[in-house]
Amino acid sequence: MDLYKLGISEAKKLLDKKEVSAQELLDSIYKRIDTVEDRVKAFITLPKEKAYAMAEASRQAIDAGKPSSLSGIPIAIKDNMCTKGIRTTCSSKILSNFIPPYESTVTSKLGAQGYILIGKTNLDEFAMGSSTENSGFFTTKNPWDLERIPGGSSGGSAAAVAADECIAALGSDTGGSIRQPASLCGVVGLKPTYGRVSRFGLVAFASSLDQIGTITKNVKDSAILMNIISGKDPFDSTSAPVAVPDFAKNLGQDIKGLKIGIPKEYFIRGMDKEIEKSARDAVKKLESLGAIPVEISLPHTEYAVATYYVLATSEASSNLARYDGVKYGFRAEGKDLMDMYMNTRAQGFGAEVKRRIMLGTFTLSSGYYDAYYKKGQQARTLIKQDFETAFNQVDVIATPTSPTAAFKAGEKSSDPLQMYLSDIFTISVNLAGIPGISIPCGFTSNNLPIGLQIIGKHFDEETILKVSYAYEQSTEWHKRKPNL
Amino acid sequence: MKISVEHIAKLARLSVSEEEKELFGPQLNGILSYMEKLDELNTKDVGPTSHVLSLSNVMRDDMPGNSIPREDALLNAPDHTDKFYRVPKIIE
Repeated sequence: MDLYKLGISEAKKLLDKKEVSAQELLDSIYKRIDTVEDRVKAFITLPKEKAYAMAEASRQAIDAGKPSSLSGIPIAIKDNMCTKGIRTTCSSKILSNFIPPYESTVTSKLGAQGYILIGKTNLDEFAMGSSTENSGFFTTKNPWDLERIPGGSSGGSAAAVAADECIAALGSDTGGSIRQPASLCGVVGLKPTYGRVSRFGLVAFASSLDQIGTITKNVKDSAILMNIISGKDPFDSTSAPVAVPDFAKNLGQDIKGLKIGIPKEYFIRGMDKEIEKSARDAVKKLESLGAIPVEISLPHTEYAVATYYVLATSEASSNLARYDGVKYGFRAEGKDLMDMYMNTRAQGFGAEVKRRIMLGTFTLSSGYYDAYYKKGQQARTLIKQDFETAFNQVDVIATPTSPTAAFKAGEKSSDPLQMYLSDIFTISVNLAGIPGISIPCGFTSNNLPIGLQIIGKHFDEETILKVSYAYEQSTEWHKRKPNL
Repeated sequence: MKISVEHIAKLARLSVSEEEKELFGPQLNGILSYMEKLDELNTKDVGPTSHVLSLSNVMRDDMPGNSIPREDALLNAPDHTDKFYRVPKIIE
């Protein structure tokens, strides 16, 4: 049996029954990585020695009859979450030698449940991008077509899950960075409600939008990980004091009578025909399972991308001010302190990060603040209210995750605005702070995956997981694997 | 052109080459024009949203906890003494 193909719950059964050892499973994962990684290029760091030490600890726990919920499960972590003693780069030259002296809350929680950290995955530098082409090191390839990008910014995590180079992964999502790559790689990606998961130890990009979530081979595995990583954290004052349910509890319940909003602004003339058909067919499938589709309107949708890029760049320009060559990271020479700052940042950051820092510096600068930043915050209110109104009528909202399937490397990288528009269906969810999930819902004629996005109310991940699970169990899309 | 790359880069503490100025100028101004789409919105009576949660002034008890030891905090610094970060001289 190819152990590397397993999801969390299947692997856990075999481990707990001692039919497979943690070491055997880890061997299988690293062997798979040896076979495909030179083509996929999902990982920046593979801490094998530590991984085998974690596997040994898992073996002991299992042998003692006390397995934790992730004992022996190999998981990949996006390289913008701090792992103590293991290099954390954010795919940036400016952090290329950064060894965190502390552990992020999410990886502490996974660690307490016995997970095995097999590798840190590639991303667009500081999570700014939709293709991993902005990585300071290399571009990850889409396992379904190696000439195409895997999406981004969590492209390394999504490609690693799709290529079976791990059992599951964590990503982060500021404007679609979990859902869009999950869609383009044919896997399941969940962005929780803002505040559901602690951001402590997540390298900040845009703090009012960033959220950590899961990238998995199936919906149940997402629920399993959410049960572990969610909850209020004293180290993150924006983590919400809201009770954490058992996310797996409602899986398998029927969805009869559940109202699914179909926003007309997400099904527009001129959109990709194959994407539209797959999304509409998915809605029909949900209808056949008893759900009731309701046409709704989210009237401010067309302003979401502009709003997002005002707010996200403003927050980024502030957050990235800390990279000055003093406390950590790369330092360039300079004739005085100011010169050192300017050279360090010029040599340490890539072009997209510089663009965003400059945009944010401009929109926050004296004389422009009201016209851009404040206006953006007001537009955000309108977008948030669109969802509040819609959720008075419906339980969840269904849309395509991405306007296109995976595009070719280089196709959009010279035009930043075209690249920004690849997030058009995912960005509003971050602005409103609500949860969204992407699940596989079909393939293009080129055999590229298509994703369906299901959006829920604040702190109602349970319902989107329930709907996703019902859809997944009645379709075969998630069982297809890329030919590597 | 709204953005002067040279001016903004200086505010952002980024040195930029002539090549970069030529590349970034049109790109940044193009993105800004796109952002100006927001001017179509009437936001006269709309409050700003800085944050989606209704949290404010999150307080906790003043309990001493563990800190990162100084040696560990200095480990990643490009230049340091045994107690301090070291930077290029700023006073002649």
